[in-house]
Amino acid sequence: MIEAHGLTKHYGKTLAVDSLSFEVRPGQVTGFLGPNGSGKSTTMRMIMGLDRPDAGEARINGRPYRDLPWPLHEVGALLEAKAIHPGRSAFNHLWMLAQTHGIGRRRVDEVLELVGLAEVAGRRAGKFSLGMGQRLGIAAALLGDPAVLLFDEPVNGLDPEGILWVRTLLRHLAGEGRTVFVSSHLMSEMALTADHVVVIGRGRLIADRPVAELVADRSRQFVRVRTPEPQRLVPLLESAGGQVDPGTDGALTVTGLGAEAIGDLAGEHGVRLHELTPLQASLEEAFMDLTRDSVEFGARQEAGPAATVPSAPGPGAAR
Amino acid sequence: MSAGAAAIGTARLPGGHYGPLGQLRSEWTKMRTVRSTIWALVATVVAVIGIGALATAVTAAHWRSGGIVDRVNFDPTARSLAGLFLGQIVIGVLGVLVMSAEYGTGTIRATLSAVPNRPLVLACKTAVFALVALVASEVLTFGAFFLGQALLRGSTPYATLGQPGVLRAVVGAGLVLTVLGLFALGLATIIRHTAGALTAYVGLLLVLPLIIQAFPQSFQHSVMKFMPLVIGERMAATRATTHAFGGIPLLSPWVGFALLCVYSAAVLVIGGILMVRRDA
Repeated sequence: MIEAHGLTKHYGKTLAVDSLSFEVRPGQVTGFLGPNGSGKSTTMRMIMGLDRPDAGEARINGRPYRDLPWPLHEVGALLEAKAIHPGRSAFNHLWMLAQTHGIGRRRVDEVLELVGLAEVAGRRAGKFSLGMGQRLGIAAALLGDPAVLLFDEPVNGLDPEGILWVRTLLRHLAGEGRTVFVSSHLMSEMALTADHVVVIGRGRLIADRPVAELVADRSRQFVRVRTPEPQRLVPLLESAGGQVDPGTDGALTVTGLGAEAIGDLAGEHGVRLHELTPLQASLEEAFMDLTRDSVEFGARQEAGPAATVPSAPGPGAAR
Repeated sequence: MSAGAAAIGTARLPGGHYGPLGQLRSEWTKMRTVRSTIWALVATVVAVIGIGALATAVTAAHWRSGGIVDRVNFDPTARSLAGLFLGQIVIGVLGVLVMSAEYGTGTIRATLSAVPNRPLVLACKTAVFALVALVASEVLTFGAFFLGQALLRGSTPYATLGQPGVLRAVVGAGLVLTVLGLFALGLATIIRHTAGALTAYVGLLLVLPLIIQAFPQSFQHSVMKFMPLVIGERMAATRATTHAFGGIPLLSPWVGFALLCVYSAAVLVIGGILMVRRDA
């Protein structure tokens, strides 16, 4: 169980985390979602006792991190990829952590086996790919067999096989009754892994609810319609109660009417249709909806003319 | 998988608390498992023994052509410890790296996740480094002394450990190296970046005396004796000849050494306070 009570953190004048409160419960995967720079990593570091909150408190199993008698047996964390001395082998990295808790060599070998690094255990971590670094970080998190696990963007840099492996592992760990808290900036990733999500934007809590509920609530049904006779179809749809949004690619986006109703209406009036596709707003869009107002450096933010051009620098672009 | 659902939870926690013993073992593992430690130690060997051997061999070869004043003031112990100067820089590199590598690589976050008691982490790291540095430094100063005297023997006067001030100089030179290494470790705890900490260390050790030399002699005479470099040189000499030190007043060897210990303790304590206060 992880509890955050009014966590607040400033970096200079920037408010990184703003009175954030939530609970992460055991037995499920809780996603921690937010755009880049929304304060996810800062929050995780405060939970781990690495960064000191300006206000508020984080507790693990009812205690602040610094008061845990055996931290590695209670909490495991992957906070950043490759936070490992490049000259030290994977085994020795885990071994020096294991020694602080009197954990034996056998357990070190066991977690190396578990994450698939047993064969490269003696190799220096500096030679590792980002994916191998992530696996080593996960091995370190699992070393003390803790009941609470935190993973900050664990699939970053992993290949599809690695991503699948992490998803399965997270679900497995939660299935064992552990508390699993995983951050991501990708809603689609969380939709596949998480049971519950905590969504933040600009350091503030935006949502704290089951994934299924969030999806049902946020996703809108709509139908994409393509017709050579929009001037006839649009009034028909509107008089039947639909809202029509003419898209840029010549297709109409219709909300408020189902695909069947639109097809029937067109048939009755002899309007030709070239496409009739029922669609659901993706989770990604639901997430964008939620966080739209809180994106720190979003494309929508109007700044000076020099700052708004994200494309490749042209001849006139001064740096 | 590691454990079944039944095993999850705090009930299976061992009694007690993490503590210094595990942390000391961990720090020892960290130190011996990176190449930079080995390289810095090898460099210290080359610096202290190699330069000592070179200096004594050159003296032995040119003894007959040397001036009478040089011969009268000749301190065979100090000559064999001539590598101390460079050794001080190299052990400083080791002291800096032991701490700055934790921050530079991000290992510090793994370290502090396992052991959130930061003063304990710093104390254990300091203790392990001190022990390694002490053993290495004493082996090196004695090695340089014996090798140097063997090279001098037959050509020039030479020293034995029984002569006045000789044992003190050899043991003391090793202690100076160790304490300067700790000073570097303390600076790295404050500065947290390898390059910055090294610059500060070399600046305080070598550049500061140069700057002081630009001031009037009265000022030089009042502050030069507090410089770590001067304290180290005095320790390695069996007697304080005015010739060797350009006439500046000196602290007695052990008073100077005590002052070095105060410097190191001060940076370590400041480093410790900052470590507790700052985000990792």
